[in-house]
Amino acid sequence: MVSGFLLVIARDLRLALRQRADAWLAVLFFVLTAALFPFGVGPEPNLLARIAPGIIWVVALLAVLLSLERLFLADFEDGSLEQLLLSPLPLELAVLAKVLAHWLTTGLPLIAAAPLLAVLFHMDLAGLGVLLLAMLLGTPTLSLVGAVGAALTLGARRGGVLIPLLVLPLYVPALIFGVGATDAALQGFAVRPHLLLLGAVLLVMLVVTPLAGAAALRQALE
Amino acid sequence: MANFEGRSLQCRRGGRDVFAGLSFVLPPGGALVLTGPNGSGKSSLLRLMAGLLRPTGGDLLWDGRSIATAPEAHAGRLHYLGHLDAVKPVLSVAENLSFWAALRGGAAAPEAALEAFALTELAALPGRLLSAGQRRRLALARLIAAPAELWLLDEPSVGLDHASVGRLAAAIADHRAGGGRVAVATHTALDLADPLRLSLDALAPPQLPEMVW
Repeated sequence: MVSGFLLVIARDLRLALRQRADAWLAVLFFVLTAALFPFGVGPEPNLLARIAPGIIWVVALLAVLLSLERLFLADFEDGSLEQLLLSPLPLELAVLAKVLAHWLTTGLPLIAAAPLLAVLFHMDLAGLGVLLLAMLLGTPTLSLVGAVGAALTLGARRGGVLIPLLVLPLYVPALIFGVGATDAALQGFAVRPHLLLLGAVLLVMLVVTPLAGAAALRQALE
Repeated sequence: MANFEGRSLQCRRGGRDVFAGLSFVLPPGGALVLTGPNGSGKSSLLRLMAGLLRPTGGDLLWDGRSIATAPEAHAGRLHYLGHLDAVKPVLSVAENLSFWAALRGGAAAPEAALEAFALTELAALPGRLLSAGQRRRLALARLIAAPAELWLLDEPSVGLDHASVGRLAAAIADHRAGGGRVAVATHTALDLADPLRLSLDALAPPQLPEMVW
């Protein structure tokens, strides 16, 4: 069972490696969209430094959203999902493996690119550690919540357009606590409660996503 | 050994009965050939047998126990080959095959499976370069790469050339000789020894008595 879990992760990572454009797309979107804000709100350094955590989080969230449609769709269309469902590996674990691979190829590159944006926005680098830690706890949640949305919209026509409508409201808790942690660090308040809440959301989704995602996939394959 | 059995199965899709009161028994080494016009429910029946669909009436039994009680155990003992080939365009033929074989606990080196469908020379080719028939052969090679007791094949010979249809028939004969069973929906003549035939009528009204092959 464990080996099947690892096999699915390895396969998805290999697929991502062969189709690097998909992973780059999310990171480039992340950096380019964030780079638009100084043009929109003006180049005043103090203002940019203050809104930097919020911008980085919102843009990261949108970048993850952009990559969600492909999460199950390719496997659904070529019949791989059917075969996964009929493999001895429980579908719940297969879902978890796919989400983990999605995070490794989307969330992790975003975290790696975040310091660049922090510097770009003149953010106080004292908050950088907390920003990265919060993203480390928060981006897996984005992948997990998004996977449920992606699974639910599989059978639907133009499902990709439905995903943001379903998923964006559910991203609010991760956004609030993620930005809250960084803001707290920048203003010298306690960071721990925010991080603990982010961790709690992650733990809940680690349980909910495999169950809900697998149920939605079974429904889509009927 | 255990029988695979369907009892007065009913399948309803989109508010319409596809078939009803359908029964079959598939003993070890048996081959069930599903025939019937398009839309008569051959694919639906195979999906029912695989556990991808749930019957709206009746039950499917393996060794006297409903397959719904242990869906994962049932999935582990079958190979389902539907209309889609599950071939990844960016993975090579060998990579495609070894992933599915390993997931089902099959051989780490699936050369024999490649050989069985004459894919050895294509092993390093990425999936996107395969023709429709070659993709189908790769999907069929999965049957050999990891053993499973029950093969459910939906139009397995679509796109296959004459020689490959012969290889498929040989693979099925081998499988049956080892006690495996197979259910095939097909329009083309597949060379199978003493098959059990199950004909699905296009309009199976629910009030009909049980249809038994």
